[in-house]
Amino acid sequence: MVMEQVCDGQSKMKDNMAETQESVIREICGRFGNDRTRLMDILLEAHRRLGSVSGEAVDVIALAVSAPRVEVESTLSFYAFFSPKPRGRFVIRLCNDIIDQMHGSDRVGRAFREELGIDFGHTTSDGFFTLERTPCIGMCDQSPAALINDKIVTSLSSDRARELVAELRASGSVDHLKLTLGNGNNSHPLVRSVVRNNLRERGPVVFASLVRGSALRKALAESATEVIKNIKVSRLRGRGGAGFPTGMKWEFARAATGANKVVVCNADEGEPGTFKDRVILTEAADLVFEGMTIAGYAVGAATGIVYLRGEYAYLLAFLESLLKERREAGLLGRNILGKQGFDFDIRIQLGAGAYICGEETALLSSCEGKRGDPKNRPPFPAQSGYMGRPTVINNVETFCCVARILENGPGWFSSIGTSDSTGTKVYSVSGDCDRPGVYEVPFGVRVSDLLTMVGARDTAAVQVGGASGQMIGPKDFGRTLRFDDLATGGAVMIFNQQRDVLAVAGAFMDFFCEESCGYCTPCRVGNRLLRERLGQVASGKGSPEDLDYLQRLGETVKATSRCGLGQTSAQPVLTTLRSFRSEYERRLRKSEPGLLPSFDGAAAVAVAESLAQRRSVYFGK
Amino acid sequence: MSGEITLTIDGVEVRGQAGQTILQAAALSGIYVPHLCAKRGLSPWGSCRVCTVLVNGRPQAACIQPIAEGMVIENDTETLRDMRRALVEMLFVEGNHFCPFCEKSGNCELQAMGYRLGMLAPQYPYFFPLRDVDASHPDLFLDRNRCILCARCVRASQELDGKNVYGFVGRGAHKHVVANASAGLGATNAAVADMASEACPVGSLMKKRIGYAIPIGQRAYDSRPIGSEIEDRAKPAQAGGAR
Repeated sequence: MVMEQVCDGQSKMKDNMAETQESVIREICGRFGNDRTRLMDILLEAHRRLGSVSGEAVDVIALAVSAPRVEVESTLSFYAFFSPKPRGRFVIRLCNDIIDQMHGSDRVGRAFREELGIDFGHTTSDGFFTLERTPCIGMCDQSPAALINDKIVTSLSSDRARELVAELRASGSVDHLKLTLGNGNNSHPLVRSVVRNNLRERGPVVFASLVRGSALRKALAESATEVIKNIKVSRLRGRGGAGFPTGMKWEFARAATGANKVVVCNADEGEPGTFKDRVILTEAADLVFEGMTIAGYAVGAATGIVYLRGEYAYLLAFLESLLKERREAGLLGRNILGKQGFDFDIRIQLGAGAYICGEETALLSSCEGKRGDPKNRPPFPAQSGYMGRPTVINNVETFCCVARILENGPGWFSSIGTSDSTGTKVYSVSGDCDRPGVYEVPFGVRVSDLLTMVGARDTAAVQVGGASGQMIGPKDFGRTLRFDDLATGGAVMIFNQQRDVLAVAGAFMDFFCEESCGYCTPCRVGNRLLRERLGQVASGKGSPEDLDYLQRLGETVKATSRCGLGQTSAQPVLTTLRSFRSEYERRLRKSEPGLLPSFDGAAAVAVAESLAQRRSVYFGK
Repeated sequence: MSGEITLTIDGVEVRGQAGQTILQAAALSGIYVPHLCAKRGLSPWGSCRVCTVLVNGRPQAACIQPIAEGMVIENDTETLRDMRRALVEMLFVEGNHFCPFCEKSGNCELQAMGYRLGMLAPQYPYFFPLRDVDASHPDLFLDRNRCILCARCVRASQELDGKNVYGFVGRGAHKHVVANASAGLGATNAAVADMASEACPVGSLMKKRIGYAIPIGQRAYDSRPIGSEIEDRAKPAQAGGAR
């Protein structure tokens, strides 16, 4: 109702509007209990209703939630989807991921710019459209893709971009866009999205069918310690990429002395090239929730939080409806399945455009309403996590494994895969191949076999694990995908012989420069330095010494950074230096005596020449 | 959590108390681990990373990591010195640091660290960012050109002054310090007598009208490198030949 007031407000007097804005903000803050730890929700809702959060609105929020103004401003300024400046009714965010670039996102971007008459980062004068770029939105297998407000549009062409703008202008609403709905639950009335699952290979763990509640029933028939023992016996390791043993993590949390323990599901899938969690949440969310509930039982937690990346907001209503169904079925709430004293419920926390929030402690900061800065460790989340409470954080896929282990037994699970990596792994495959999409296969598959499976030919390079993973060349295609060989959170990006690996590495470095939280020196500064020098070498202005410079700088960033982002952000440079050194070497220039190859003498003296009105004796040739 | 803990730093046996960080235990034993964002009396922060040491072979920030029995720590090695120098150079090129005419020259921890670590000129290209100055307060100014984002002012204001004058906004390269008022520092309850006004290691948060008061030769780091006061603590023991 208040939203209508605001929309009407556009035609009313300006001071009226300020008053309306203030009352809307107050109302939103009140709805979230004037609780400063719910600042993300307050800001998200304020953006949904008002389009932006102005400096005056920051003051109102700060007062309402009793936080210093600077704290509200800090959170507001951290997330890409928040804005202190008014934005268009439609915010178009074109994905600039490398795979999208390969599939023509530049052409699409040009079409948007021409059609709207604005450049990226700007809003049309009629206040209708804002055009922005955004990093990977998890649609590489149907790229180029973009977000229009919360709606996803995929497989874009320049014609389609023009059409979309025309439709939005004509109808005035994203809900009236003519869209061909995707398969599976993408066409569910609460989703209604064009997104396609492209689920090419269903394995026995994640994408097998589930009788709702069956795994949880088995878990509740055992003691909490027996459940943890089952997870340990299964040798399940975290699916986010780091591969920490899940059972051990749970044991720490169970043993932790703090009260009000918490189970968090990391659904902030932001690693470029990764989109498997999107498909899991679309088709197997029940399994995820079941796994979380089992975790709650095992560690003694009553609170569950799913941190869902802002880009996947289109799934929110659908996921909420599943949670409601589970509550109604007695699978969430008080005395679950009649088990006296076992209370557990789940809320979904939406993110707002920050890759760093996939880092587990940054995710917790964000859940607490703060900027997404990682926290210092120790203490580890299992001892002191969300709001200082013992917290278990696992990946979406890990919770699926948990439920299936309880359903079919740890022995069944560990018989799949390899000895160091039990079970299956869900891969997000994109790039130069015939069948991009999601594949669930047992751990231990050879890269070459996976390439055949997905229809990749003339493959020159594979990026395993997304931007923070590693770039491998054909001599490593005989290696296997598992924790002790090529570990990955699931992204497999394929590049054929027409692609320039240094340009790919450059795109990844752009990404890290954009997504660094800025807390620590090496990540905030070092990545920009890596990007600069890599670009210089790629454009043929590098000297042989630059390779040593890149290596040392990369190692410093890796060794001294504070969290996983900075500790892996140099990987695009370090792994291409290792696997594709000839790509660097062939572009190097020998220095002229006394000059760096990057030094452009003529450009350096151009201004002086024009002032002096004569050519330089040395450089003016 | 009590009791004595024994560890080694660069092969020297060091004793500390449970709950101490590596940085604290080292300092009490007269071993200097270079650091910028850490400051006695403030909670650990861990942003500059200059105090990175190897703990049982793994890099850790000494200001954050608690000591544990039997830890083997490497501190003063060539690799770590190189990395620390690289980090200090990053801080120099990221901002606009003009030592020769900065009021903080000679008393600046960043400058002193550059000298101590043997930095001649940064090996990295300068960013030359455009940053603004908040001079709205009658007695203080905030020059973001010289800020190294160490949060010492933020923490001192919160933890020692019981205020909330400073904070960070923006992400990554856009991160910068702001005052807790849209109109700037002058609109906050910041006072020149605040502990926060003394917390800045560089020439970023400064008191007005007292620049260049200390003559060259008498400034904090004119005659001895930064960290010397910590290393002095180890000297009597060394002279005695036994620990």
